[in-house]
Amino acid sequence: MASLNWFRYASPATFYPVAGRMIPWFAAAAAVLAAIGAWIGLGIAPTDFQQGEAYRIIFIHVPAAWMSMFVYLVMAAWSAMALGFNTRLSAMMAQSLAPSGALMTFIALLTGSLWGRPTWGTYWAWDARMTSELILLFLYLGVIALRNAIDDPRRADRACAVLSLVGAINVPIIYYSVKWWNTLHQGASVSVGAAPKMAATMLAGMLIMAFAAWFYTIAVSLMRVRAIMLERERGSAWVCALPEIKSS
Amino acid sequence: MKEFFAMGGYAWYVWGSYGITALVVAAEVVAVKARGRRAREEARLTAPDSLSAATGGSL
Repeated sequence: MASLNWFRYASPATFYPVAGRMIPWFAAAAAVLAAIGAWIGLGIAPTDFQQGEAYRIIFIHVPAAWMSMFVYLVMAAWSAMALGFNTRLSAMMAQSLAPSGALMTFIALLTGSLWGRPTWGTYWAWDARMTSELILLFLYLGVIALRNAIDDPRRADRACAVLSLVGAINVPIIYYSVKWWNTLHQGASVSVGAAPKMAATMLAGMLIMAFAAWFYTIAVSLMRVRAIMLERERGSAWVCALPEIKSS
Repeated sequence: MKEFFAMGGYAWYVWGSYGITALVVAAEVVAVKARGRRAREEARLTAPDSLSAATGGSL
């Protein structure tokens, strides 16, 4: 217990340089995996016998949709920690994840729409899954807007944490929407505890893209959290002592 | 090659998805980098030695 103190990493001063060293690795992994995933998705994977080439959109759509929900849960978890332990880093991590989550949600909605038009015959329908995913986008935008509306960052942390936690109820609704309501969106082709219902190359391409989305989100949110740390703690001793701040 | 770009008649949907995704991802990276640069600049301006330099050593 005495040998490793995890709360040491909860301090922005300790985490800032660690994050800086991790970013290039996550960014490189994301770029390589995205290139391989796109190559498999666009070139290698066989044409779908029902959807033709239009199905190739799922190599972006499914990973983005997974990430949009997962990022929200991580944001809610950091928010819970920020409320419970009152730690600065947790609140900053939650703040950093909101724009990335919004981006993933936007990509999921956009690619879903572009897939729906040739496959279902419509860009948009008020289907249970699509509507709940749209609400997810509004939740992300709401969290971002709420923060911008409150001047005191510590108050903003608490308000955003409460909103994030309340909004977390939407994630299981999105996930189970295809089971609970029999509307347009089809059920899952890949889920935990069941054999995937697709060809091996398709599955490989999708999982590689999912990992690319993971590493990308980690890299970008670490970059953003470093900026947030400087924005919020500028003038403090540890920021002034940083080599890139001191040098001028 | 031409066939590859035609995507079986679904070119707009497939390339639109990949293209717009690449664009918004690139935009996020550019925006985050700019935010980092801005944050470093402002932190430099708030650092004590830059304050003292600006006020001729009175701070």
